[in-house]
Amino acid sequence: MSRFFIAFFCWLTFSAHASIDPALVKQLAAEESDDKIAAILKIAETAEPEALTILQSLADGTLIAPDGSEIMLNNRIRGVLANAIAGLRLFDGDAKVRRAAAQELQTNVSLEMAPLLGKAIAQEGNDKIKALLVAAYAQANLSSPDVAQRLAAVQVLGEYASRNTRSLLLPLAKEEGEADAAVRAAAIQSLKVVESRLAVGETLGRVFSGLSLGSILLLAALGLAITYGVMGVINMAHGELLMVGAYATYLVQSLFRSHFPAWIDAYVLAALPVAFFAAAAVGIVLERTVIRRLYGRPLETLLATWGLSLILIQAARVLFGAQNVELANPEWMSGGVELMAGLVLPWNRIAIIGFSLFVLLLVWLLMNKTRLGMFVRAVTQNRPMAGCVGVHTAKIDTLAFGLGAGIAGLGGVALSQIANVGPDMGQGYIVDSFMVVVLGGVGQLAGAVWAALGLGVFTKFLEGWAGAVIAKIVVLVFIIIFIQKRPQGLFALKGRFVES
Amino acid sequence: MRTPLTIRFLQATPKSGWVALVLCAVLAFVVMPLLHLAVPPESPFHVSTYVITLAGKIMCYAIVAVAMDLIWGYAGILSLGHGLFFALGGYAFGMYLMRQIGRDGSYQSDLPDFMVFLDWKELPWYWTGSDSFLWALFLAVALPGLVAFIFGFFAFRSRIKGVYFSIITQALTFAAMLLFFRNETGFGGNNGFTDFKRILGYSITSPEMRVILFSLSAALLMATLLVGRYLVVSKFGRVLAAIRDAESRTMFLGYNPLWYKLAIWTFSAMLCGLAGALYVPQVGIINPSEMSAANSIEIAIWAAVGGRGTLIGPVIGAAIVNLSKSFFTQAFPDYWLFFLGALFVGVTLWLPDGVAGLWRKWRNRA
Repeated sequence: MSRFFIAFFCWLTFSAHASIDPALVKQLAAEESDDKIAAILKIAETAEPEALTILQSLADGTLIAPDGSEIMLNNRIRGVLANAIAGLRLFDGDAKVRRAAAQELQTNVSLEMAPLLGKAIAQEGNDKIKALLVAAYAQANLSSPDVAQRLAAVQVLGEYASRNTRSLLLPLAKEEGEADAAVRAAAIQSLKVVESRLAVGETLGRVFSGLSLGSILLLAALGLAITYGVMGVINMAHGELLMVGAYATYLVQSLFRSHFPAWIDAYVLAALPVAFFAAAAVGIVLERTVIRRLYGRPLETLLATWGLSLILIQAARVLFGAQNVELANPEWMSGGVELMAGLVLPWNRIAIIGFSLFVLLLVWLLMNKTRLGMFVRAVTQNRPMAGCVGVHTAKIDTLAFGLGAGIAGLGGVALSQIANVGPDMGQGYIVDSFMVVVLGGVGQLAGAVWAALGLGVFTKFLEGWAGAVIAKIVVLVFIIIFIQKRPQGLFALKGRFVES
Repeated sequence: MRTPLTIRFLQATPKSGWVALVLCAVLAFVVMPLLHLAVPPESPFHVSTYVITLAGKIMCYAIVAVAMDLIWGYAGILSLGHGLFFALGGYAFGMYLMRQIGRDGSYQSDLPDFMVFLDWKELPWYWTGSDSFLWALFLAVALPGLVAFIFGFFAFRSRIKGVYFSIITQALTFAAMLLFFRNETGFGGNNGFTDFKRILGYSITSPEMRVILFSLSAALLMATLLVGRYLVVSKFGRVLAAIRDAESRTMFLGYNPLWYKLAIWTFSAMLCGLAGALYVPQVGIINPSEMSAANSIEIAIWAAVGGRGTLIGPVIGAAIVNLSKSFFTQAFPDYWLFFLGALFVGVTLWLPDGVAGLWRKWRNRA
């Protein structure tokens, strides 16, 4: 790394016949912070290519004062410097660099940046980047002493709905923050527009996060609904089957990291079958060794499966440690798509919604179009009758349990992309997914889907209004009231059932 | 003419039971206190503070286990919410202990420390009167009872049962735990209530107070067993067993299961609250983790290990599980969950009647 002396830059600027005044460069080494900041801004204003080199080396700490000492920077100077560098990047030849710089300039822009931004707007060809620059320019001008400038800025900002513009406009809408009545009125007008747009964005955002929560619930509840439907027992270790799926994903990721680093982005896809079969195998072992022996004693099954879940949790702790393990989103799942200002949909959530729909489709095909699915439905509806017409019910139990566990494993893969993976990760899901089963009714895929998505969206909206805890309690009370009215769930099977 | 209540009560417990009870009473009220207070610590016969506290704690757990057995073993309703009732009783009495600290807390304020910390100026309305011992005791019993009554009324009326009921009680407990974890609800947040100093003006850590609390726990446990015994052999208990074994048939015979279930459910919750109120001064802390799902479900395993459908079973079960917990968490902390998990599986698979059932089988063979 080379260290530049200020003297070198003085020479450089002369030799290039550039318009940067060497006195300005010297001023960067001044004692006072205010002098340094003034120099930084003036250098930036020239918009010369050397300006970027000088400021960048100042930011990196490689610019040395004439007396050989380092130039000290405090946080305030650093902030100005970062903005100035971003401002200079606006003149880069690469549109991507310009865009990133314009994004950076969406917050904390000071009035001093305005001339530079004005220059950048004048020569910007890309419309999208230009729009960002106009917003930044308006922000910078909000503190302009010129009333006309402020008015124009306030009006422009009305077009850009974001939390940032809202907080910028708020003080201008009040008498203490703005002396001029016309600007105040314009600010109030712009605020109204911004707030209504933000409200739309927020509502859409809540629906989206509700759907995303709902699809997680659906993945967790589908398997539970199948096992509960077929065998009438609650598998309290169902959450731990999610955990098995998530840890399987972790192992696949480690394998890819060490053996196929080039394919690392595909590890999630490779993890799907691994997680499915790992969880299914654990599920089948549980069914064969414990749950089968407790047939017809649902309460004891509940306790025994709780014991199994304790053992699985402790086994995960012993094998992988009590800490959460680290899973990285693959490249194609990170980032998000910005639908409108203030509403960014992360790719990983979109992928999970799509994935749960895919799993749902597979389960639907399996249940409705295959022989195994027909047997499973038959046993769900009437076990003795199905046995009488030759269905091997014990085998169906095992397969259905394996299927439910496998789906939980797939849910674990999805969960590993958005939540922490640790020994306790499955504990929170059993109650929620059982609520889905209760709400949706047993033996009906449609019921589980509506219940999961409905609960997800309902919960997210309540959380927005009343906080997470109250939301949980309200959902619980709602379900208790709901069961009063419809004990069989949303979609009850038609037919006659006599309790034994 | 019906036999008078007192006679029926006395007749409910067989003679051998009364003899055992008197022996236990002598042990709890005379022998243990003397060994703790009068025998010098150097003597091998001295009972240490640790043992007294542990025994008192386990007897509180045993009361909860009997309460669980009344509802699960005799009425067939598996509750995963008994931890909530226990904690409610503990919190109600814990607040009284907090008020007893007075101005001796870190902030020297009349308000409990955690409220000063949150910059509260006065006591929330629901803690009015919490400086009165009797009101706190009343609250410790009435609050769990009220919650159980309201919840039970709606749940039993719509005939929610089996695993549905279990999971919903678990959800209820979970929701309550979230509520108690919040600072602004006025229950002390994560830390709950602790640093108690006095009961009725007497130091809570003095050996005499420990012995008194221990003896009170023993007395409550014996009373629980006697009342429980009376309940299960009475007509009420037999209707309950009928509901457990065949609810529809019992209904066809003209009984409304709602009131029978609701009565035993509420009674069971009140017992838990009382046990919680006795538990808190002995362990010196109550916090929301008492309401975790794992705690409530552990209560069920106490009853299952000891043997459901007997009254002495849950007492034995609570003692076995908690003594092993003390042993494992000190000697092999990593294996405690394996052991507990195996206990859940093993008892449900091979010991459906618990230790009491094993004893009965062995005696029948002999």
